[in-house]
Parts: sequence; C-alpha cells; structure tokens
Amino acid sequence: MFAYILRRIFYAIPILIGVNLLTFTLFFVVNSPDDMARMHLGEKHLTPEAIEKWKHNRGYDKPLLYNDKAEGAGKFTDTIFFTKSVSLFAFRFGSADDGRDIGQDILQRMWPSLAIAVPVFIVGILFNITFALLLAFFRGTYLDVWGVILCVVLMSISALFYIIGGQYLVGKMLHLVPISGYDTGLNSFKFLILPVIIGVIGGIGAGTRWYRTIFLEEINKDYVRTARAKGLSELRVLFRHVLKNAMIPILTGAVVIIPQLFMGSLLTESFFGIPGLGSYTIDAIQSQDFAIVRAMVFLGSVAYIVGLIMTDISYTLVDPRIRLD
Amino acid sequence: MHGILHRQKGRLTGNGLLYLGIVLILLLSGCQQGEWNNPYPASQQGKNILYSSFSQRPSHLDPVRAYSSNEYLFIGQIYEPPLQYHYLKRPYTLSPLTASQMPEVTYLDASGQVLARDAEAKDIAYSVYTIHIKPGIRFQPHPAFARDAAGQLLYRDLDEARLEHVRTLRDFKVTGSRTLTAADYVYQIKRLAHPRYTSPIQGLMNEFIVGLKDYAATLAEVDKAVGSEQWIDLRKYPLEGVEVVDELTYRIRIKGKYPQLLYWLAMPFFAPMPWEAEQFYSYPAMQSLNITLDWYPVGTGAYMLTVNNPNRQMIMVRNPNFHAMNYPAEGEAGDREAGLLVDAGKKLPFIDQVIYSLEKESIPYWNKFLQGYYDVSGISSDSFDQAIQFTSSGDTELTPLMKEKGIQLQTEVQTSTFYLGFNMLDPVVGGDSQRARLLRRAISIAVNYEEYISIFSNGRGIAAQGIIPPGIFGHREGREGINPYVYDWVNGRPQRKPIEEAKRLLAEAGYPNGRNAKTGKPLLLHLDITGGGPEDKANFDWFRKQFRKIDLELVIRNTDYNRFQEKMRKGNAQLFTWGWNADYPDPENFLFLLYGPNGKVRHHGENAANYENPEFDRLFDQMKNMPNSPERQAIIDTMVEITRRDAPWLWGLHPKQFILHHSWYMNVKPNLMAHNTLMYKRLDPALREEKRKAWNKPVVWPIGLLLLIMIISLVPAVMAYRRQEHQSAAQKGH
Repeated sequence: MFAYILRRIFYAIPILIGVNLLTFTLFFVVNSPDDMARMHLGEKHLTPEAIEKWKHNRGYDKPLLYNDKAEGAGKFTDTIFFTKSVSLFAFRFGSADDGRDIGQDILQRMWPSLAIAVPVFIVGILFNITFALLLAFFRGTYLDVWGVILCVVLMSISALFYIIGGQYLVGKMLHLVPISGYDTGLNSFKFLILPVIIGVIGGIGAGTRWYRTIFLEEINKDYVRTARAKGLSELRVLFRHVLKNAMIPILTGAVVIIPQLFMGSLLTESFFGIPGLGSYTIDAIQSQDFAIVRAMVFLGSVAYIVGLIMTDISYTLVDPRIRLD
Repeated sequence: MHGILHRQKGRLTGNGLLYLGIVLILLLSGCQQGEWNNPYPASQQGKNILYSSFSQRPSHLDPVRAYSSNEYLFIGQIYEPPLQYHYLKRPYTLSPLTASQMPEVTYLDASGQVLARDAEAKDIAYSVYTIHIKPGIRFQPHPAFARDAAGQLLYRDLDEARLEHVRTLRDFKVTGSRTLTAADYVYQIKRLAHPRYTSPIQGLMNEFIVGLKDYAATLAEVDKAVGSEQWIDLRKYPLEGVEVVDELTYRIRIKGKYPQLLYWLAMPFFAPMPWEAEQFYSYPAMQSLNITLDWYPVGTGAYMLTVNNPNRQMIMVRNPNFHAMNYPAEGEAGDREAGLLVDAGKKLPFIDQVIYSLEKESIPYWNKFLQGYYDVSGISSDSFDQAIQFTSSGDTELTPLMKEKGIQLQTEVQTSTFYLGFNMLDPVVGGDSQRARLLRRAISIAVNYEEYISIFSNGRGIAAQGIIPPGIFGHREGREGINPYVYDWVNGRPQRKPIEEAKRLLAEAGYPNGRNAKTGKPLLLHLDITGGGPEDKANFDWFRKQFRKIDLELVIRNTDYNRFQEKMRKGNAQLFTWGWNADYPDPENFLFLLYGPNGKVRHHGENAANYENPEFDRLFDQMKNMPNSPERQAIIDTMVEITRRDAPWLWGLHPKQFILHHSWYMNVKPNLMAHNTLMYKRLDPALREEKRKAWNKPVVWPIGLLLLIMIISLVPAVMAYRRQEHQSAAQKGH
C-alpha cells in the first residue's frame, strides 16, 4: 500500500503543476498586473509611477512566463509564474496583495469552516443513510412514496431559501438562536446549531435518494434473502449486511469530500457571519488577488487528490478483496 | 419476545427525541442568561458598548496607504491629523485637532522673500505652513513604546525565537507610551515617499511638497542598499520640504499656492507616526504572524484597536491616554432643538468600546438591527419598504413598525456625484461643435434621472443640476441653482423640460427623428458600463428606454471592470457612467473633474470625459487658489454655466444617505467629511437592555409541537415495521 500511495503522490506533482499553470493562464488572461495594481490602489490620483511601484513591491514587474532579458535558466525562473509558483509546493503561500500572510489567514479561517462542515458532514451522512435504509425497508409502501416525495421537495428548494427561511423562523420569529455570528469554545454552540441543522436538512433530499438507490440495488440480492431466512431482524439485515455491502459507492462519494471540508461553504458562512474560508477565494477573485487565488486553487487540488487517495484506501477497509498494489 | 423488545425500543426512540429536545433547550438557555438569540456574551450586558458591523474587511489600516471609507471607519478614530472638521457646523468647517491653532501660512517668492498674505498666486513660489501641536498629547499604550530599566526599547530584534508564544499583539505583555511630538508628523509625511508602501496620494503630493519626489528616489536607493527586510529609519534622511522646528512645531513647504493642503491636513495621510511603531512592526517574523502596522494602528485618538480579526471581529476600546477634548458647544441652526447640544462641553469620548462584527449579508444585519443587536443601520433596497414610506407630498418618513420601535431616521445628501459622461474625443457625441452640443443637451433632457432615482434608489438621491453637490461651496439652491438647459422653474420647483424640446434640439443638431439628416441612417450610440448581474438588466433596459424616447438607439457595451478602465484610458468609450466622492469640501475637488489639463486620455487625470474648454480652464486656474468669497462664487457660477451649456456630462444624481438608529443611540448627525465622529456618539445601555428583553422573548412552544409531530409520525412507521417483521423472508424480498 505504501508503494501505491507514494506512486499516487508522484502522479500528483504533474497534476498540480498543470492546475497551477491553468490557474495562472486563466487569471492573467482576464487580469494584467497593471489591472491588479489599479484595483488595489483605487482610481483616485493614480499615477503610472504608483502602478510601477506597486508591481515592483509585489514582484509583478517581471514577465509572465518567459524572460527574454534574463540569462540561462533565468529565462524561466525570473518570471512571475516561476517565482509565484515554486513556493506553493513547499506550502509557503506568501503574502496576499494587502500584505497579510496567506498561510496564517488560512490557518485562522479553516477552524470556523470545519466547525460547521464536520458536523454537517457526519450528522448528514448518518441521517441520510438511516433515512435511506428506512425508505428501502418500507419500499413500495406509502411511507416510501411520501418519503421520496419529501426528498424531491427538499431537493427542489434552493439552499438560500433554507438559510433565509431558517434565520427568519428560528432566529427572528422564535428568538431561539442568534441570526448570525460566531464565537469560540462552548459559546459557539448557539451560533452553529442553526447552520448545522440547515446544512443537514438541505442535504437530506439528494443524499437520501442517492443512498436509497444504492440500498435498493443491494436489498434484493441473494445474501440478503439468506440473512432474512436465518431469522435476522430487518434492522439487523439492513444495518449489518446491506449497509456493509453498499459501502463502496457510499465511500466513493463521501470520503473524497473529507479533505475539502476545511474550505467551507460560501453561502452558509456569508449569511451566518462565520469567519471561515468559504468566501476567501471568491473575495480574492473579485479583488484580483492572484496570491490568494493560486494558493486556494492549489490547496483545493491537493485536498482533492488526498481525498481520492483516501477513497482508495477506504475501499480496502470495507472490502477485503481489494488490494492496493 | 422480539415484538416486546422492539416496542420498548420504539418508546425509547420517542423519549430519546423528547430528552434531546429538552437537553437542547436547556443548553440554549444555559448558555445565555438573557435573550437566547443574543449574539453577544452575557458579560457584555448593560455595558457601554456600541455594536456595529463591516461587510468587507479593510485592506489597509496604515494611514499612509488607507484611502477608502471602510478603512477610515477605523483609523479615523485612532490616528489624529493636526486638523479636523467641526462635528456639527455646516458648511463643513476645519478646526484644530491636535494642532493648537490653525496653521500659519507664509507665502514666499522665488528668491525666498516673504510676500503679503494677499499676494497674487502667480507671484507665490512657495507656501510655508507652520503647525503647532498641543503639548501633553500621548500615544495609546502600545508594546512598541515599552522600555526596560535602562531605557532601551524592550521589543527589539524580534525574531522567530522571541515570538514563539506570540500570536496577536495582545501577547506582548508590556506596553508603554510617550508624548506626541512634531517629529512624528514629519516622519509620517516622509513615509508618503517610502519605497515599500504605495501611498495613493504620493503622486499628487509630489507636485506640491518640496523635494518629495527626490526624497522617494533617495529612499529607493537606500532600500536597494539595505535590503527589503531591513527597517529604514527615516529620521536619518531629511526631506527638504518638511522640517521639525521644535518639539511641538513643524513646517511644510509646498510649491506655489495650494490652500487645499489644509483639507489634506485633516486626513489620516498627515497623522503622526512614531518611529518606534514602524521599527516594532518591521521584523519579518512579525509580518509572518500578520502583526503589521497595516493591521495594528498606533495613534493618539479617542480609541485604540485591541482586537483585529478582519475575518470576524474588530474591537476598539477607549484610549486611556486620550487628551482632553469636549463635545462642541455650538452647531448650526436647529441642532439645539434636535438635542445635539445636550452634551455640550462634556468630556469625550462617551462610548467605552466599539465592536464591529463581520456581516457580509444585509438580511441578517437588518434583522439583528431590528432585534436591537446593532445600534445603527443603513437601509438596503431589500428592507427599504419595511423601513420607509412616502407621504402624499412625496417626502419620506418611517413606517409605523419603525416608529413603534423608536427608531430614528437621519438623511443627508452625500458630497458625491454619479453621472453619465460623454467622451469629448468621440467624433459623434464629443467636440465643441454646436451639433454635438445640441445632441448632448437633447439627451440630457431625455434621460430622466428623477425617474432613475425613484426606480433604482428608492428615492434616495436628488437629480444633479450641475457638477457641485449640495454642501459644497459654489452649489446654489432654488431657482438660480437649476440647469436651465434641462429644467424649467415651475411652481417653485425644477421641472424637466418636455421631451418635445429634446426632439427639437435633436432635429436642430441634424438628427430629426433620431436619424442623420444627411444619410438617413439611424443614430446609434454606445454606452460603456460595468456590471452584468441579473439586477443590472433592468438598469440597462431603463437606459435604452430613455434614449428611445427621442428615437435614438442605445447599445449597451457591458464590459468587466478592467476592460472598461482600459477603454477609458484609451478614449474608446462613447458614453460611460462614472462617479466621484469628495476628498474635501471644496469646489476645486469637483470642478477639476472637467479641467482640461486633467484629461484622462492625454494627461492620465481624473477628467474622464476629456472635456477641454479654454475659458473654463482659465477660470479654474483663477478659482482654485481663492478663499471662499462672493468673487469665488461668481467665477464658479460662470464655470458651472459653461459646463451646463457644453453638457459634457448628464449631471446624474447626488445620492442621499439614509441612516437609521435606535432611540438609545444619541448625538447622531451625518458628517460626510469628518472621520473621527465616533467619540461624539453616546449610548443609553440600560434602555437598550430593556428594549432587547422586550423584543426578543424566546418562543418555545413550536419546538414542543415539532417534537410531538415527529413522535406521532413515527407511529405508522413502527406499525409498518412490526407488520413487516412478521412477514416471511420471501415476502420481505418483494
């Protein structure tokens, strides 16, 4: 397994370089260093000298990809692409254009994101699996029909509606929790409970329907009939046998998300005033802060690759026939 | 046996939910002594704390770099330039802040001889501003000033090892302070030219402060020599145009006559900066912790920033070293009746602490304001109808809901302008020909900004009659203030000329029915604009509709911000929308937007329309250095008339600011120029607590109802489960 993981890590390097190059190209097709300077310095009293100074101070006064004035390897290394990219692979993200250390900001903002994303993920997956198993159990009955209708209804409602509706009902009308805000430690409970509940409810429709489909595929297989014939209770059949055999597709969808949980949710964090990473990338794109954009895209790519590797490893845990060689 | 067991499990499930609900409620009630939905800790109840918010984190808090309103919101309370705007007086009046008196100005000729105070501007080679600082002003407590027993700075040579346990500024346990000196002001002026900062006004100040441009070159050389990580002690490098006279006096020498410098002296760019602070923050290890001068200001103002987490909360507390300052004893007419002089003569500031929380979305902010958890609020378009209603006479007033809560409304026309400009370099709409002038005037009549304000701004604005907004010297009210090319004076108010008049002008310009009289081709115009969200579509459609009223076709060229800027720089736009927010309350700050040598294409200036009129430029040169006087007003009147006649802009609108505040928040008077207004505000925390309690009683019964519904809904499931359990394995499979 170790060799497999090592091989996957080596495969990841060209992928990350490619992602980085793509991000760089897309960003600078839309924004030039001059545009970035103008965005940060504002329009008032702006002089060409100020633009040059801004670029110089942040290393944007070099050529983008190829420096024909440099010598030897410098033609490639004395460029914006190289100087801004190489440190990423050491997870040194440098400073944002407003001077803040990006690594510090990410470190600071990832915890509030995780405080919502982890409970939503865990509670959501448990609830959805349980609900889907119950629907599978009651398949063909009016409970199943109404359950599926409920799921379709829940899926059809926009996430924004859940958030605004939840804030209106629970925070504004019933006065049970703060409408928005954040705190640390035990005090965080009152701020997190509503976004977590909303996050879970918002995911019930799609999650349950997906898991129900998986379970229905399993539930008519011979081993299930055998288990029932042995006299096992239906709950035992579902949770011990069906669930275990349905784990591969469940893990495929779920484990890959885990490393990305720290990146947060744009809508939830914005509306609930959670100081997480959800809006970090969007804000950076709007303010043309390439340093943050490349760091976050890079981290997202790394997280995705790690998620895929974790998924592969998780297969070996639930299915002994799978070996990672 | 199985059946009994499962029944017991079923009961347990129902009870479990009930217990869960009770635990949840207890947890909620346990974590909050007062209102359950109170976002603030119980320890803050009844305290003299102002609660406000920010929607976008400030980019810079270093006074040499900060220039936007969301940055001045903070640093305006912390840094103190020598001058300030009087909080209550209108028109806006400068008064000393840390200066003991208004600066003394001396005019010199080219040979250095002193000239009379009324010398002609052309004879003045230099103006020297001498500024005296009040004695005894002290900086806020800060670790940068901390010294050991030997008198050496305690926090020097900070490297990663010394900063091992430091995460925020509060982790430095020892603080110190010292007296403000004139040298601190001089140090800050030198920082305008610092090679490592990009001050937005350096280019402008290069033109005025003697030697500043050369100083920037000198510092650039020093920077190259010492390396980017080494602190540059600016005290070692003198700046020709700025000098310390004595401990409490400094001089600024500028080229020519520039009376507007006084306004700049009321802005944080000219606030004092202690060299110790710059040195303290200069270590690279500090920067990697985000502890920088750009994020942790050091000032002498009424407040100091103690918590700076721009991703969540920024907290300012009263500066214990703040110098003696009292609430003003005089204001403008009506201030006494409005209760704005109740606190006259009392010591400032009134509020102990201000907590700004990040609130990105307007809906939660608004709801929290209504619950009493924010003390003051603007009005977003989403909540406008809930807050404001129009009277039969067209005036605005608060809705009954707001009145019931005791919420109060303050409005003020902003010293800003949003206009639609014509590119005067464009062969169709630009130029000085009578044809183009009539075309522009016809469009000026057709585009109905009163309607625009009503539809898109909920009536929050006034249609502009010219370039100078209300509140700025030179603006005229009433009949003599209307733009006679677009409006008539009817029944005591301006009335836009009928669309027939626009059509007549258009025909006179050579475009009868919107077609070129010579070629017969329809006249197609292009409006360059940024935006593109769904909400902008209605805006674009409205513009098209306005032009269609006079049979003109308008093509909207919607581009991203970068491309739009590029078009403007190259002069490729035909019509465009733009805006300007006053730096200071002087007509020069608006009229220069149409000054020829300030053209965007040819001179990289702020004259986006590239308007050039020799007579206007001559009058501008004459007016810009004059004190406010009837003579200056007469020149401004002529200049405004020239621009109205030439119509390089559709004058657009001046937005109106609407501020709502609760009854416990007092001394609120919008001041669009002053930045240090927080210290004048006062709170009644007891009243706030009382109202919050009344408005936020928790409603618990729906939770019980919800739990009941959940339990009841489990019954058919349990019954169905039991039925299934009694089926055979083969039956279950189907």
